Amino acid sequence: MSRAKLRVLQGSMLVAIFVFWQLATDPELIPPFVWDNPNRAAFFFGEPVKMFQAIWEWFSSGTIYPHLWVTLQETALAFVIGSALGLVIGLWLGLSPTASALFDPYITAMNAMPRVVLAPIFMVWFGLGIWSKVALGVTLVFFIVFFNVYQGVKEVSPVVLNNATMLGASRRQLLRHVYLPSATSWVFSSLHTSVGMAFVGAVVGEYLGSAKGVGYLIHMAEGSFDINTVFAGILVLTAFALVLDFAVTKMEKKLLVWRPTQGETEQL
Amino acid sequence: MTVAVHFDKVTCIFAGKAGPYTAVKDVTLSIGEGEFVSVVGPTGCGKSTLLNVAAGLMKPSSGSVTAFGEPLSGVNRRAGYMFQSEALMPWRSALDNVTAGLEFRGEDRTVARAKAEDWLARVGLAGFGDRYPHQLSGGMRKRTSLAQMLILDPKILLMDEPFSALDIQTRQLMENELLELWSANRKSVIFITHDLEEAIALSDRVVVLSAGPATRPIGEFAIDLPRPRDVAEIRLSPRFIELHDRIWHAMKDEVLKGYQQTKNRVVA
Repeated sequence: MSRAKLRVLQGSMLVAIFVFWQLATDPELIPPFVWDNPNRAAFFFGEPVKMFQAIWEWFSSGTIYPHLWVTLQETALAFVIGSALGLVIGLWLGLSPTASALFDPYITAMNAMPRVVLAPIFMVWFGLGIWSKVALGVTLVFFIVFFNVYQGVKEVSPVVLNNATMLGASRRQLLRHVYLPSATSWVFSSLHTSVGMAFVGAVVGEYLGSAKGVGYLIHMAEGSFDINTVFAGILVLTAFALVLDFAVTKMEKKLLVWRPTQGETEQL
Repeated sequence: MTVAVHFDKVTCIFAGKAGPYTAVKDVTLSIGEGEFVSVVGPTGCGKSTLLNVAAGLMKPSSGSVTAFGEPLSGVNRRAGYMFQSEALMPWRSALDNVTAGLEFRGEDRTVARAKAEDWLARVGLAGFGDRYPHQLSGGMRKRTSLAQMLILDPKILLMDEPFSALDIQTRQLMENELLELWSANRKSVIFITHDLEEAIALSDRVVVLSAGPATRPIGEFAIDLPRPRDVAEIRLSPRFIELHDRIWHAMKDEVLKGYQQTKNRVVA
């Protein structure tokens, strides 16, 4: 199938889903077939037309931008802080067998813990502003990056290490020129997951208690049983996540030029 | 002649699952300054172990190694090592791989780059400096490794089957280039190979090792072929064939023994 044709089909599928949704929930278009009350379907599932109206309103009046900005800030901060912590501690434990043996049970326990329950605690500690959401995101991102870096350090090619040693690298230089680049490449391979997790942390945090952010918008709409606005918020979040993912892919391509991609035949 | 590397009753014992394994036993061997010595022996006989000991990457269980009369402690700073498998840092371009050693020694960046450009040109890779290892062919990666080692001007070259992964034409080309570089600036070379023809074509002296375990030298042969040599042509000379015959005769039993052991190991 050609690329253009695929895109057209993907697009029409999306349109079809929304048309079906509208048909099934609109109180007047077709007679109700599940519930007796014609408004019941719209109450539970919302109506796409009204959702898009809500989204249009947000963007045309500009009220959504401060909320999106807050969510983006929280996501970015959680990602950067979580990755940095994961990188440093992953490198440290990866290179020090004693420390890694000592901390192993704690790391396992902390990773097993459902960290979303920490959200209320962070709210007490950091207040209702962005930092409690950042903290939640950090706990989610940290472990993904940490485990990847830890693995990355363990799997540094011994030949590359020996070679660098023979070329005269000191222990510090090995860390800087061999372990760190090798570990960073593992961080980037988990980039999609960790950015996603930072986003989850931000939205869940906002949902649980905040005064700004897209999660907050959804929470408020839910409080007044405004299902259309809830869905509108979800659609905006999904689109936002797709944009983030796209940006990550771009960044990845730029930073990992040295890594062979599958099926690449550029050789001389 | 000054002795560049001297092995004095070197024994290496490894702790294995099925009890200790003696890889090399009581190896006494001297390599003179500017001498090209090849070490041949059946597969898995501990050739690489000897090289790692000479490099200072591995401490012998007993015995000692001296480099230019000084006992070795830690990495042998006078030696360059060319590994059998991929040893380039994949996150560095060819040029940055070649400059690595100078960088570790704290040399000025501009000077290092200029030197590296020169060395890349000398190994026939002018204009390929900005490529990453995965964008180079196997032969080109070996050339980069060669430049990476030679740029530091080591007095001793340790080469562990450096060309074994290359096809026969590329291999002969590389062998000739190595001889040319070597004759321009004579260094002591320990060249490990399992290919007797390669050993004779390149060396001043061929050392034959016994099959493992407890590998030791069982014969030494001076190669009195005239230099400069062309590795492809010299194989056809009567003297080459005569030497090949003699050394092969000494090696044959060991090779068969080694083969039998590997076979038994596979069966068991």
